[in-house]
Amino acid sequence: MLKYIVQRLFSLLPILLVVAIVVFFLAHLTPGDPVTVLLGDEASEETKAELRKELGFDLPLYTQFILWFKGAILGDLGDSYFLKMPVTQAFFEYLGPTLSLAIISQIIAIIVALVLGVLAAKKRGTFMDQAVMGISLFGISVPSFLVGLFLILIFSVQLQWLPVAGYRPLSDGLGEHLRYLILPAIALGMMQAALIARMTRSSMLDVMKTNYIKTAKSKGLHPNKITFKHALRSAFIPILTVIGESFGTLITGAAVVETVFNIPGIGQLIVNSIERRDFPVIQGTVLMITVTYVLLNLVIDLLYGVVDPRVRLNQRK
Amino acid sequence: MKSEIQVSKPSTLFVKKQRNWTRVLSNNMLLTGLIIISILTIIALLAPVLAPFSPYEINPQNRLQPPSGEHWFGTDNFGRDLFTRVLYGIRVSIIVGLSVAIITGIIGLVIGLLSAYFNVLDHILMRIVDGLYAFPSILLAMAIVAVRGPNTVNVMIALVIVYIPSIARVVRSAALVVKEQTYIEALKAQGASTWRILVIHTIPNVLSPVIIQTTFIFAVSILTEASLSFLGAGIPAPEPSLGNILFDGKSVIYKAWWMTVFPGSFIVLLVLGLNLAGDGLRDITDPKIVHAKRRKSL
Repeated sequence: MLKYIVQRLFSLLPILLVVAIVVFFLAHLTPGDPVTVLLGDEASEETKAELRKELGFDLPLYTQFILWFKGAILGDLGDSYFLKMPVTQAFFEYLGPTLSLAIISQIIAIIVALVLGVLAAKKRGTFMDQAVMGISLFGISVPSFLVGLFLILIFSVQLQWLPVAGYRPLSDGLGEHLRYLILPAIALGMMQAALIARMTRSSMLDVMKTNYIKTAKSKGLHPNKITFKHALRSAFIPILTVIGESFGTLITGAAVVETVFNIPGIGQLIVNSIERRDFPVIQGTVLMITVTYVLLNLVIDLLYGVVDPRVRLNQRK
Repeated sequence: MKSEIQVSKPSTLFVKKQRNWTRVLSNNMLLTGLIIISILTIIALLAPVLAPFSPYEINPQNRLQPPSGEHWFGTDNFGRDLFTRVLYGIRVSIIVGLSVAIITGIIGLVIGLLSAYFNVLDHILMRIVDGLYAFPSILLAMAIVAVRGPNTVNVMIALVIVYIPSIARVVRSAALVVKEQTYIEALKAQGASTWRILVIHTIPNVLSPVIIQTTFIFAVSILTEASLSFLGAGIPAPEPSLGNILFDGKSVIYKAWWMTVFPGSFIVLLVLGLNLAGDGLRDITDPKIVHAKRRKSL
């Protein structure tokens, strides 16, 4: 198993290198001189040259990349132009609300999706099945920020049950925390729920056809036991893949939803940095999120073995 | 022998074509999707004719008027006619989505084919593709637009870069399957050039997954463009896009529901139509599903 993990980690290296190169060159795609962007058009040539030297822009491009890459590996992603603090510090300061939002919406999405997906698979071809498939098709067609806006219109403006926007940290109490996060979490989780429900249905349908399910049925096992213990467990691998992928998109999707609900998370950090043209922050957050995303997918891959003994056995061979 | 083949070829082709059309017509999802997209495309093309006002004409006295006989969708916070702006917004969405889908499809096809057939290129291209694929798409698009500056062309460039990997991967895996087929071996034995094999014999056989994937990219491009414009990293005001109308609407959501409901509904309708068409296309081209259906009908 350890050998497998190490092997997988090594296979990630070229991907991470490409990611780093792309992120590094992002800042160099800027039309014009980043120093001019920083100082404005009126700055004298001398101050510009000084700053250029300070930021290392006078060095050859590959030296700049190596220096930046070294720093990135050691956890130094440079300083924010605007916030006057290291990018990593800013990232972790804004991470809390995003993580909280992503986890709550993932939980909602998984519960709703598994229930609907299993139900659709069990009642295949009935009205129930078509309704679930219809809802999930609708779910993948609506962008999360739009769901958010519609939810605000209904629950905050019309019914006035929930706050329009804002954020309360967990230290204010779980109830208050959830009251502010429930609408954004639903908005964010809708598309994931739709994707997971579709996958659950098709994966369950595949498994239900297999011989061992027939055997279980002929043994006279309770249908619920067959569905949940026998079928769902082995149907879980593709579902897990979708869940893993969706968690990555959740974190970035959170960026968009946070803007709708004014939640001070990573999304707002990115959007504000775009407005301020704070390139180190944009670079740094994109890099951090992408690396997390890649590593998360690795973890999911490794989890397959835990969920499905067949995968574990194949690895040993 | 040879003349026989030549005689029989056109007729089977004709039968096949006819069957394809009946398959399109008998697939409800595909048909509904195509109808929705066609109607919206016609509306978008005719926007300059259909729109009763100019999308840029500001009229401060008319701010935030609710829907009425004169202004069907009401007016926005600058007093501009919302119906007109939504029409033009649909137009922008379709233009951006379609251009991104076509350009991505072509570039992705070329990259996928090259890496399937040339080992040396495969290593380089697929590393780049895998690297780009590792980025969450909205995030990368946002970063590209942020550094290049928000405008329509940069949004399209960003979306093309973000979605090329998904097409390239689909093409590569489909082309690898085709490459191992006996008829390709036979062509090689006959001395057909690699280019001939690629262009005449491989492209037609990988085209259907490409078209399906392109349809989905059309849909997600519209979603992503709307999200980017909503975040202020997309199509800049005053040019109307469904995303930036929603951005304007957000600040007045208490007073003017119409600024959220109308543009929002059209995004959903557009993307729903494309997803339906994509799902339908996948159903009619996937032999596994066709077989399953046939078996079921037996």
